[in-house]
Amino acid sequence: MTRAVEDVSFTLGDGETLGIVGESGSGKSTLALSLLRLLPPAARHVAGNVRFEGEDLMAKSAVEMRKIRGKRIAMILQDPMASLNPLFTVGDQVAEPLRVHEGTPRRRAWERARGLLGAVRIAAPDMRVRNYPHELSGGMRQRIVGAIAISCGPRLLIADEPTTSLDVTIQAQYLALLRDLQRAQHLAMIFITHNLGIVARMCDAVAVMYAGRIVESGPVREIFNAPRHPYTRALIESIPRLGESNGRLTAIEGQPPDPAALPEGCAFHPRCPVRLEKCATERPRDSVVGGGGHRTACWLHG
Amino acid sequence: MTPLLEARALVKHFPVRRGLLGGAQQMVRAVDDVSFVIEPGATLGLVGESGCGKTTTAKLVLLLERPTAGEIRFDGESLAALDAESLRSYRKSVQAVFQDPYASLNPRMRVGAIIAEPLVTNERLAAAAVGARLRKVLDLVGLPARAAELFPHEFSGGQRQRIAIARALTLSPRLIVLDEPVSALDVSIRAQILNLLKDLQGELGLAYLFIAHDLAAVAHMSHVIAVMYLGRVVETGPARTVASQPRHPYTKALFAAALPSHPDDSRDEIVLAGDVPSPLDPPSGCRFHTRCPQVMPRCSTDEPKLATVDGRDVACHLYDSAEVARVAAPRG
Repeated sequence: MTRAVEDVSFTLGDGETLGIVGESGSGKSTLALSLLRLLPPAARHVAGNVRFEGEDLMAKSAVEMRKIRGKRIAMILQDPMASLNPLFTVGDQVAEPLRVHEGTPRRRAWERARGLLGAVRIAAPDMRVRNYPHELSGGMRQRIVGAIAISCGPRLLIADEPTTSLDVTIQAQYLALLRDLQRAQHLAMIFITHNLGIVARMCDAVAVMYAGRIVESGPVREIFNAPRHPYTRALIESIPRLGESNGRLTAIEGQPPDPAALPEGCAFHPRCPVRLEKCATERPRDSVVGGGGHRTACWLHG
Repeated sequence: MTPLLEARALVKHFPVRRGLLGGAQQMVRAVDDVSFVIEPGATLGLVGESGCGKTTTAKLVLLLERPTAGEIRFDGESLAALDAESLRSYRKSVQAVFQDPYASLNPRMRVGAIIAEPLVTNERLAAAAVGARLRKVLDLVGLPARAAELFPHEFSGGQRQRIAIARALTLSPRLIVLDEPVSALDVSIRAQILNLLKDLQGELGLAYLFIAHDLAAVAHMSHVIAVMYLGRVVETGPARTVASQPRHPYTKALFAAALPSHPDDSRDEIVLAGDVPSPLDPPSGCRFHTRCPQVMPRCSTDEPKLATVDGRDVACHLYDSAEVARVAAPRG
């Protein structure tokens, strides 16, 4: 059995942004999907609970969940070409959640769609609303996905690698847009990314995942200033920085483990530069190591 | 010292077929009057967004495309003037490593055969000599000798990229074109590969043409940076100068858009409006004027030329008064 996500806990306040960072196979996307109960049927043994505005999402019926998805919790995925339907116009797709969740009549929903395109800064919304996805650039498509996500005024937005397919300046546009929307609508956001730079720019808090577990979490400044887990520290140090000497980078030896065959003890121990003997046999417990709920699961701090 | 490779006023236009009845033939101006120099043992970093022509430039250097105009000189000799034999030796001297090591390695070949293939096709060597070279390059890229017996699927992404680098090294090239060599790799693996590339450069005196969209990685790896926009070089100069004090408004926006490495790292954000225009119909005058935050009336009519400003070359009318030494038009 592959343990994609195990024993993960976090809380997110109203209007806050949490970054979930991890490499491929760390379980970050599985975690996002499980919050919305969107895992495929093959994912058995799902345990734990998700409380959203005080309600337990795991106890909801399928019909109740459908009323939450797209209305109170929205999601933006990495590839806008895969999340948009190529056969429908942009207007139809932005209007759809309004018609489904709020029963807005077609004509009014289209009008709202036009307004939403303006809100995500698409030029000439009256014309664009009639376009099909293939007629738009990658940055515009992702803004359409953003417009769909905010159409019903959600309280929480989950963004899974939303800018990975975009160019640098378009990525900057999109991140600025998300931040403005968040302020205007007092949205809480979960940003799932492999990119620490996005966390540094966008997030209040961060959770670092490795092999299905959160190895360190806390306020973003705490973590960048004083990372406690050797994996977090190595990740931060391995990234080239603009304006710094071009000596060698600190590399992390080895590669991330296969989720189907995780090492005993701490999953990071085979790559850890400061491992102790017990790291190979006993799993470290989560403990508080700093202000603002800074926690890490590492024997150096256990 | 003669530069290892010199591109002079390179142009590559691709014709676009229109419908049955045609109409005027349109051209994608993928690369339009691009010049640069790569010194032996040094790295030229090429940055820009999709559609700026950086990959077409790489293809021109690799002779995968023929230029519409302009020329490439290698070791002081124009490629257009080379005979078949010399072109073969050029192809051996210039190798490539691509972005996706899952796509660039044949899944049906053993790693040893993949790495030795360039030797087998290009040189008549005895099996023992091929084996010795194979062990040597595996060692150079930090893979064990037994890797030669395995298939690509038995390796992780980072190790596959090492295999691709080993294959590029077998013919002892002098220049390697690196097209987004770490973008497909996990974050914790990227530093390993960038370090390996730097070590190999120091050890073997390799020159690199490094193409990437990760600006910090380009700045880290390169001696010289050239910034491209819609087929033109808008700014070029020593990596540190360009990265720390960009002068062209596009370079400024590009570096400002790069993500910070720390939450307190508050670079001025310059958010550019709009998308990159189509290279089918690039804007008149300066191609960046439609998105430029500092646009002036003449930018839409006069095309700025590269001119030296503060130790680098910039093509921008903002620096017209400071125009001291115009870069001489490349002689044919």
